[in-house]
Amino acid sequence: MWNSLKTMWTIFLHMFRRRVTIQYPDEKPVIPPRWRGRIILSRDPDGEERCVACYLCAAACPVDCIALQATEDEYGRRYPSFFRINFSRCIFCGYCEEACPTDAIQLTPDFEMGEYDRKNLVYEKEDLLIDGTGKYPGYNFYRMAGLAIKGKDKGDAEDEAPPVDLHRLLP
Amino acid sequence: MSELALAWSNVILILAVVFSFAALLSWIERRLLGVWQDRYGPNRVGPFGLLQIVADAIKLLAKEDWVPPFAEKTLFVLAPVIIAITALLAFAVVPVAPGIGVVDLNIGLLFFLAMSSLGVYSIVLGGWASNNKYSLLGGFRAAAQMLSYEVFMGLSLMGVVMLAGSFNLRDIVAAQEDLWFCIPQILGFITFTVAGIAEARRLPFDLPEAENELVAGFHTEYSSMKFGLFFIGEYVGVILISAMMVTLFFGGWLGPLLPPLMWFLLKTFIVIGFFILLRASLPRPRYDQLMAYGWKVMLPLTLVNLLVTGAIVLAWES
Repeated sequence: MWNSLKTMWTIFLHMFRRRVTIQYPDEKPVIPPRWRGRIILSRDPDGEERCVACYLCAAACPVDCIALQATEDEYGRRYPSFFRINFSRCIFCGYCEEACPTDAIQLTPDFEMGEYDRKNLVYEKEDLLIDGTGKYPGYNFYRMAGLAIKGKDKGDAEDEAPPVDLHRLLP
Repeated sequence: MSELALAWSNVILILAVVFSFAALLSWIERRLLGVWQDRYGPNRVGPFGLLQIVADAIKLLAKEDWVPPFAEKTLFVLAPVIIAITALLAFAVVPVAPGIGVVDLNIGLLFFLAMSSLGVYSIVLGGWASNNKYSLLGGFRAAAQMLSYEVFMGLSLMGVVMLAGSFNLRDIVAAQEDLWFCIPQILGFITFTVAGIAEARRLPFDLPEAENELVAGFHTEYSSMKFGLFFIGEYVGVILISAMMVTLFFGGWLGPLLPPLMWFLLKTFIVIGFFILLRASLPRPRYDQLMAYGWKVMLPLTLVNLLVTGAIVLAWES
């Protein structure tokens, strides 16, 4: 009995505490930068798409919400011909970001994605692609990879020696 | 003619006030619970969230009025009606202020006890007619709980009756002119409070609907306005018990300075606030604990209270 009364008094005193509620639409909550929200596709510092359409994100996705089709431009650079994320399925686990070898796919702190129509939650590549580099400003996959693409021949990559001519006999 | 008009205006006024207050109470309760849990509660619809009641009412009325095919239809429909009627009928005897009140029965207290006992039928029938195991369990629990708490609820009030020498609620209020009965009848007051909470099925004793174990207990299968009637019935019950506590133990409308009506409303509101505080702070006991508490602690206490009060009244008179 005494215990119950003490409990009630403590609860009553909570009336004068500070509220913990954040009145959301009027007052925005502070979202940490590593928040796993809306997914984007970033570009490298040259302004080209980072995505090399390796399908690792689609394979890592536990709910199969990522669909894409790989293709190549005339210089052999791979990119997705379409890239589609169905956000009505997405669980924002961030596995796609972990799987991505080129830091192309990234999760952002935006969570306000409400829609009246379910179909509007299917985001195409033009919805996903942003102009900047996202979380990793300096990284440029094709400038480091040994692959020859437009504007960069074999051996021109960062920290890369010129290719060895296999047919030369001199040491 | 004017007497009849006065009586009718009394009836309609009290009905309107009780109904609107019961609706308002759903908002007050949520706000107060919020306040005591470091939140705000509903505050977005209208000023201070007051229009939340209107929104809830529209929602309840617009919902599908579903009677499950496996239910006993007549009783299923009848059950929520009973609780609303009994709760409102009991209000007829509540003496709000001098000149305000529906009837002045000389057995007012007995009428109140009778009506609050009849309310059990609603829950038992609702639980049985739903033909659902959770509802049935809720109905069983309600029946056992109400019966055992009804016993000492009536007994706990007999001390008050002895002191006032009347079953008439207006006489009981008038008898508290010098000293409120919550002081000489402290045991009776405590036991009546406990019984009242159990009668109103409020939180420490809300085993009939125990959300965590029985889904929603006896009203699991109810939807739309039938559920609304149970809801209103519960809140009317809370107001009724609070009003009765004020009448029997806190001197009803008596008080200095303010007009009698204001005093009555103020005291009732404080008691309702206490009920909500109980809900905010106390956990629900186990079912056997509840029964043991009723029969082994509360009933002996009321009997002791009855004996002592009787002895004192006898000694005083001789």
